[in-house]
Amino acid sequence: MADVNENDLVIATQGLTKRFKKITAVNGLDLSVRRGEIFGLLGPDGAGKTTTIRMLCAIMNPTAGWARVAGFDTVREAEAIKKRIGYMPQQFSLYGDLTVLENLTFFADIFEVGREAREERIPRLLGFSRLTGFRGRRAAHLSGGMQKKLALACTLIHAPDILFLDEPTTGVDPVSRREFWDILTELHLQGVTLFISTPYMDEAERCSRVALMFEGRIVVCDTPERIRGLVEGELLELRPDDLREAARRIEGLPGVLEVQTYGDLLHVFVDDAARRGPALQAALTEAGIAVAGLRRTRPRMEEAFISLIRRQQEETEYGTRSA
Amino acid sequence: MIKRTLTIARKELIHIIRDHRTLVVLFLIPVVQLFLLAYAASSDVEHLRTVVLDADRTPQSRELIEAYRASSYFNIVSAVANEEELAQAIDSGTARAGLVIPPGYGADVIAGRTVHIAFVIDGSDPVIAQTAFAAAQSVGQIHGVRIIERRLGIATEQMSFLEVQPRVWYNPAMKSVNFMVPALIAAIVFVLTMVMTGLTIVQEREWGTIEQLMVTPIRPAELVAGKVMPYVMISFIQILEILVFGVFWFRVPINGSVALLLGLSALFLVTSLGLGIFISSVASTFHQAMFVVAFILLPALFLSGFIYPLDAMPLPLQLISYLNPLRYMLVIVRGIMLKGVGLEVLMEQVIALVVFGVAIMTFAATRFRKRLG
Repeated sequence: MADVNENDLVIATQGLTKRFKKITAVNGLDLSVRRGEIFGLLGPDGAGKTTTIRMLCAIMNPTAGWARVAGFDTVREAEAIKKRIGYMPQQFSLYGDLTVLENLTFFADIFEVGREAREERIPRLLGFSRLTGFRGRRAAHLSGGMQKKLALACTLIHAPDILFLDEPTTGVDPVSRREFWDILTELHLQGVTLFISTPYMDEAERCSRVALMFEGRIVVCDTPERIRGLVEGELLELRPDDLREAARRIEGLPGVLEVQTYGDLLHVFVDDAARRGPALQAALTEAGIAVAGLRRTRPRMEEAFISLIRRQQEETEYGTRSA
Repeated sequence: MIKRTLTIARKELIHIIRDHRTLVVLFLIPVVQLFLLAYAASSDVEHLRTVVLDADRTPQSRELIEAYRASSYFNIVSAVANEEELAQAIDSGTARAGLVIPPGYGADVIAGRTVHIAFVIDGSDPVIAQTAFAAAQSVGQIHGVRIIERRLGIATEQMSFLEVQPRVWYNPAMKSVNFMVPALIAAIVFVLTMVMTGLTIVQEREWGTIEQLMVTPIRPAELVAGKVMPYVMISFIQILEILVFGVFWFRVPINGSVALLLGLSALFLVTSLGLGIFISSVASTFHQAMFVVAFILLPALFLSGFIYPLDAMPLPLQLISYLNPLRYMLVIVRGIMLKGVGLEVLMEQVIALVVFGVAIMTFAATRFRKRLG
């Protein structure tokens, strides 16, 4: 990223580390996020996503390393950061016994949003989160999706430059999820920098850049396009009638790099799809396994992610063994 | 600064008002507790259930029993035939005391010989036993004097001897309710304020809202001040409630200045709030907070002079009690209500409360940061 102007970096970390008593939740994170990006932090539960976001939001001090957000140090200049960011924690953290409007007004008061700005923003935020009709309803009585949208609206009340969203779509139905992403896209178009953590691989496709996090480390950080390209070989997808037996047989065949199960499908990475496809089909037929729908497909984030994590785990194991 | 504090206070007030049940409980607790404790904690002994073992059965013995019955301390519930029955009555709790008149009592009285009667007292509750003991003795002595009078044929007034005329100040009727009600004002307010503020900040932690607040520009002092503000109001209303019931129902006098009483109650409130905030800064869940409260509560009540006099405690405990804000407040409320003393007498206690309040608030504030683990 040598060609990037330093001023364009709204988030930068170096060696960012957080150790709790027994575990290292975040381990030597180096990240840089440019103004206006949708940056996705991907990883399974327990990868260290929430801890990372908390450190970036200046509500948790790192054990080692540093982070700068909007040009301010997260430890020494925490309060300057808080005026410029919005943070939506993973669990619902608004006041359930306050109404939608009361929650919005409360945060407007806390952020000392002026009357004019407030009169313009509150109706707009209610509108775009589609909560105008629910103004007087208590937050606790909203559906999960609506609660998330209210939380988002509350974090936007002071018009932050950077928005941190910790798994905003976890536990939200698919329709609300889509709606939620539409709102995020709109924000992106308005120039807000978005930093989003998610366990959903398909959401990574909507990000301009993605960091894959696993066990406190960044496995890879790039555009979704390039990450998919990192996966070795080509991907074949098939639906055998005996999944486990088929996987066992395929694993030993020449040219097969990796086998992943995906529902009742098998995803097989091979060095050359055109050449290995027929051989694979033949081997399974010989073993008496019926195969439906063998086809070549584009690797998605999910396959890429699993593949990259496996590789990382093998390296760590190899590392510990040789050490 | 003040605007954000008020924002938090307003929000907190909404929480309280919308939680109808808690609201009712908050205003009922002080009155219910006052009634329960004022009656229950009374150490006045009246109508103690007493059995009589009259082995004499003479007019003289009946006269003695009548003397005991006439005093309001003892309630003669039945007569027993022998020592076993007496023991059984006291063992089973049907009686708390027993009067034993030996055979030949009447004859001895007539002959002018020294007589011995026995009075058995259930000592399992020392407070009751002490009072009963003193009462039994004085009833016996008065009766003895009367017998002498009759024998000598002169009235007591004609005799000249040293007479002690006790004058009980501040609480001439020696009603324990007069002693208890002022103490209850301090104790109830202390407990409720500490619990309410202790839990209200922990509540934000339990709700997860504290995390959202941390990323706002709010200062810890604004948050804490705003959160406790409604509870200061509630506590003050509770004080007034107890005062009204204490004065108009229990007839406890306020001999001193009501304004001073309310002013110093407010000071004590702030100190109790500080303790509550301290609790919320060391506890991260309701459970932990309740444990800390329980840990502080009992020693605070016992080492305050609320029930047991501090003078009677061993020195180390007396020293510990100097760290207890309730101790000072008890002196203040009892002083103002019963003795009618003013600020000049209570200066020492007031300074102690101020020092304690400032110290605990400062400590709690430094513990309260906008950072997660």
